[in-house]
Amino acid sequence: MIGFASPLLLLALVALPVLWFLLRAIPPAPIRRRFPGVALLLGLTDDERQADKTPWWLLLLRMLALAAAIFGFAGPVLNPNPHVASDKPLLILFDGGWSEAQDWPKRIAHANDLLAQAGRDGRPVAVVRLTDAPQPVAFQAADSSAGRVNALLPLPWLAGYAGWDKALPAGSFDSYWLSDGIAHDGRADLLAALAAHGAVTVFENPHPVLALHPAGFAEGAVQLSAARLGGGAQEIEVAAKGPDPSGIERELAKTKLHFAAGEGAATATLQLPPELRNRITRFEIVGLRTAGAVSLTDDSLKRRKVAIVSDGSDREGLQLLQPAHYLRQALQPLAELLEGGVGDVLSANPDVIILVDVAKLTQTETDGLLAWVGKGGLLLRFAGPKLASSEVSRAEEDPLMPVRLREGGRTVGGAMSWDNPKTLAPFPEGSPFHGLDVPADVAVTSQVMAQPDPDLASRTIAALADGTPLVTRKVIGQGQVVLVHVTANAEWSTLPLSGLFVAMLERLAVSTRPALPELADLAGQVWAPEQVIDAFGAEARADAVAGVEGALLAKALQDGPSAALPPGLYAGADRRVALNAFGAKSVLAPQVWPQGTVIEGLTLATERSLKGPALGLALLVLSLDILAALWLSGRLGRLGRLGPGAAVIVLALLPLADRAQAQTAADQQAIAATQGVVLGYVITGDASVDAVSLAGLRGLGDQLWNRTAVEPLDPVAVDLEKDELAFFPFLYWPVTADEPVPSAAAYSKLNRFLRTGGLILFDTRDGDIVGAGGASPEAQALQRIASGLDIPAIEPLPEDHVLTRSFYLLQEFPGRFVGGTVWVEAAPPDAAKAEGMPFRNLNDGVTPVVVGGNDWASAWAVDDAGAPMYPVGRGYAGERQREYAYRFGINLIMYVLTGNYKSDQVHVPALLERLGK
Amino acid sequence: MSEVADLRARAEALGQSLPPLLAEAEHLAATVILGEHGRRRAGMGDDFWQYRPAHPGDPARSVDWRRSARSDAHFVREREWQAAQSVMLWVDPSRSMTFTGDAGRVSKADRARLLALALAVLLLRGGERVGLAGQGVPRSGRAQMLRLVERLSLVPPDADYGVPEEDGLVQNGRAVFLSDFLGSMTGVEAALARAADRGVRGVLCQVLDPAEEEFPFDGRTIFVSMGGSLTHETQAAGDLRGRYLARLAERKDRLAELARLSGWVYQTHHTGQTAQSALLWAYQALEGGR
Repeated sequence: MIGFASPLLLLALVALPVLWFLLRAIPPAPIRRRFPGVALLLGLTDDERQADKTPWWLLLLRMLALAAAIFGFAGPVLNPNPHVASDKPLLILFDGGWSEAQDWPKRIAHANDLLAQAGRDGRPVAVVRLTDAPQPVAFQAADSSAGRVNALLPLPWLAGYAGWDKALPAGSFDSYWLSDGIAHDGRADLLAALAAHGAVTVFENPHPVLALHPAGFAEGAVQLSAARLGGGAQEIEVAAKGPDPSGIERELAKTKLHFAAGEGAATATLQLPPELRNRITRFEIVGLRTAGAVSLTDDSLKRRKVAIVSDGSDREGLQLLQPAHYLRQALQPLAELLEGGVGDVLSANPDVIILVDVAKLTQTETDGLLAWVGKGGLLLRFAGPKLASSEVSRAEEDPLMPVRLREGGRTVGGAMSWDNPKTLAPFPEGSPFHGLDVPADVAVTSQVMAQPDPDLASRTIAALADGTPLVTRKVIGQGQVVLVHVTANAEWSTLPLSGLFVAMLERLAVSTRPALPELADLAGQVWAPEQVIDAFGAEARADAVAGVEGALLAKALQDGPSAALPPGLYAGADRRVALNAFGAKSVLAPQVWPQGTVIEGLTLATERSLKGPALGLALLVLSLDILAALWLSGRLGRLGRLGPGAAVIVLALLPLADRAQAQTAADQQAIAATQGVVLGYVITGDASVDAVSLAGLRGLGDQLWNRTAVEPLDPVAVDLEKDELAFFPFLYWPVTADEPVPSAAAYSKLNRFLRTGGLILFDTRDGDIVGAGGASPEAQALQRIASGLDIPAIEPLPEDHVLTRSFYLLQEFPGRFVGGTVWVEAAPPDAAKAEGMPFRNLNDGVTPVVVGGNDWASAWAVDDAGAPMYPVGRGYAGERQREYAYRFGINLIMYVLTGNYKSDQVHVPALLERLGK
Repeated sequence: MSEVADLRARAEALGQSLPPLLAEAEHLAATVILGEHGRRRAGMGDDFWQYRPAHPGDPARSVDWRRSARSDAHFVREREWQAAQSVMLWVDPSRSMTFTGDAGRVSKADRARLLALALAVLLLRGGERVGLAGQGVPRSGRAQMLRLVERLSLVPPDADYGVPEEDGLVQNGRAVFLSDFLGSMTGVEAALARAADRGVRGVLCQVLDPAEEEFPFDGRTIFVSMGGSLTHETQAAGDLRGRYLARLAERKDRLAELARLSGWVYQTHHTGQTAQSALLWAYQALEGGR
């Protein structure tokens, strides 16, 4: 479908018939030519009066050019967007959140179409991204908005409409709303405000929005859940990514989530070993590039390795009294637990080691623990009767104790005491426990007492109401040692029974919290963004984002990110919190538009201006017209005499077709076969025979490598019907009884091969048992095959044939069989023995075939290790026979490659000497 | 002043062009002389021509006694005829002769001048008297040749088509007309008639450019004569080719007929061919053989 920008111009087409008459009346301009013979021309008249008019086809050409020009200037547009002509300003609204990132380029293209349309209509345009903070809207000319639209990017949070209805300009205007199709709060209000100004058209892409909730951890597995906006049954893949041990970002795990038809949620669990799980930095839906399809992981997924060292074996049966029991219960769901001796757990390199009332450590253990703490380990010690009664850190501070201890400790609120049990003082500022509520029912009855030292106050992170230190801490290298001055069981205090115990363990980063951080966890700290993601789910620069107050972060975790708090990873003092574009409690609900709203989808056919092609056609036709006019007036010949110049111009006009030539398989084979000397064997169709041929030629090739200057490549199987033979100097052709006769084309190839210097070794492999020209099945097959070949007369190999001396001096030619006759081309009848020479003068002709039945390939054959594949003969004599078989092969290849070189008289003296004559 | 200056300029131009033209003409003439010797007939002259048996009526004085003494018959010693002829050359000076169909070819006028001069060189060497029509009486000698060169080069083109001048034709002399004969035939007919009246025989050499023979034109064309006096417009020049060629052939036939009637010899020469063949032919024709 074609529309026009200025259809009135098409009226000019009416003028074409007028042009017809005009052009017909004005013939092409004549040439003035000086010519003495004009005297003879006087009085001659032209035959046809028609000739002074422009020929009809030239007329047609010119009218076509003009029609194309008129058509082009009329501004044809293919697939024009139907639109209602309006001169009101147009407001284009983008929701502009991550939910549109998936098809953002299409939305921008659509907005550009709208802009172009508005430009043609002369409407001013304003473009608004609703994820921005509300700002005044100003209408501009359409083309000046185009740059802004193209530079527009979605933002990694979802649109908030608050305030936008107030920011709308006054007056009447139409609106076009590119919506993400998700129900947001405030959308209805904004819609109503827009409708008050003029018509509202809504655009929605049916493309489904998919989002990934933050991953959780429950029952020892990672819990993944995703949401979407309706649709049929769907399966998505979620990949877990993180650095591998060498620090390179990799996909660590992958799982699939199934959406049932019509369902908006899908879940899956991912079982991962803790080493792998702790490395995961993000989950993402494979194939989607939006912030909602990415969920960053924070410390909530990380599980620390905690080792508990206690000697609780002496209190068998009293599990509830075991100090380690409370720790186990507190840490079991939150950390990986190890138990054992100090030496055992140190080799596992845990994050935390808890010493439960362990007083005395050996020197080796002390050194190991010190080194481990120095590298960042957290040593948590609980007091107990043993520590209280020991001499550890009494007179002098133990390296693994934060404070010196007074002898005996103290007991308050007992039967023998006047005091009541002590409660906890509020945690001071600067303590890791600051902000935790102190339950009133926590009471301490017994504790070990710290010696007052100058730095005791700075090492105290929790104290009792009377100021007695309850928890002290000392920093060693990158790690720290923390001493809890009470037991880990309920014997000395009720602390292990309260929720505070767990919270304190968390604050000490012994364990990590399971779910969403609460306001209380975050408040009071400034959280600095460590990593920020953009709307497409890619990592963006985090240094431009300021740190935020914990309360704000806690609010954003509930309500989703915003401009002040882009999604990303926020780091506090001791932990990191991931703020994801799609939160744990976020929902995707389809937007339901009020009745009567005009909703458009992405149309497949985009507008395409035909102006350029039409004008180009006009230009092409006009240049053709130039050639035609030249030809008509007889000047084309002169143009032709300009020669190469004109040809270059014509060639430049032609589109150059550059077609890369595909290299065929045949070429590949030809290249492989011409890299060096290649021995070929003919495929018989019998796999075992072919394997023997291959192995035999390989063995022969090895011997050639070892003994001669011939260094053949791997042998090549030759299919007579398909392959080119010209690349092979030598073909080994084992004849089987049921071998098919080659086709006529193959015969012509073979004959060409034989005529142009190739040599074929026919091997009937029957040991010649039935004698020359025998009737064995193989010999019959050979006769059948050879009948189509251009083979000269043959004779049994004479004693003085060059084959007997081309490398080795030989008189027999064994393979696996000995003594069979070998046939070669017959010597010319006039070959005579020269005086004093042991050989006839056989300088001409190399035999094109060697025929025999000694099964040479089997004798030559070697396996991959280079060992002979088949036994030959018996014992030492057999090995000698194999050696002679190789010698025959080498002689044969030498004969193939050097021809009758060794027949030359120049070698006679040396040969005579060798022969001992 | 301007005339003097013009004359001087032309004289200088001539001074530059003379030697090459003359050298070329002599070079051309030399190729002919190699194959042509003497007048080949008995007559008045200094050189021995032949002995012939004496006929009754031969004066005894003419008998060559030394030759006759060697045989029984009497022989007369004849000398080669050396009577000088008067040859008038007319080279068409019109503008139509300046045409050339291709930049690489000489113009018809150049070729005609070259032929005339070469002919003059040959004739003057043969001892004949040579002159230019309308330029005084024929004379012999080397000086006459230089004069001819000068006059041939100085004649300015005037009319579109030339008319032969028969002034200065000597009774029973010879004449050579070099022209393209594309103009009106009346002048040619009248000149030939008067020449025949005076017993003058001669050569009509029609010099044509190959383009005039082939008419290689197409398309819409306005043909203009070299002087611009005649024009002819056509829409399809190619269509005229056949009729033009027919008219050209008719013109040639007419010239040949005229020549035959008045005892002249007619030949067409194309500037595309070598000048040598035309010179050879013209020279032999002047000898009166054909």
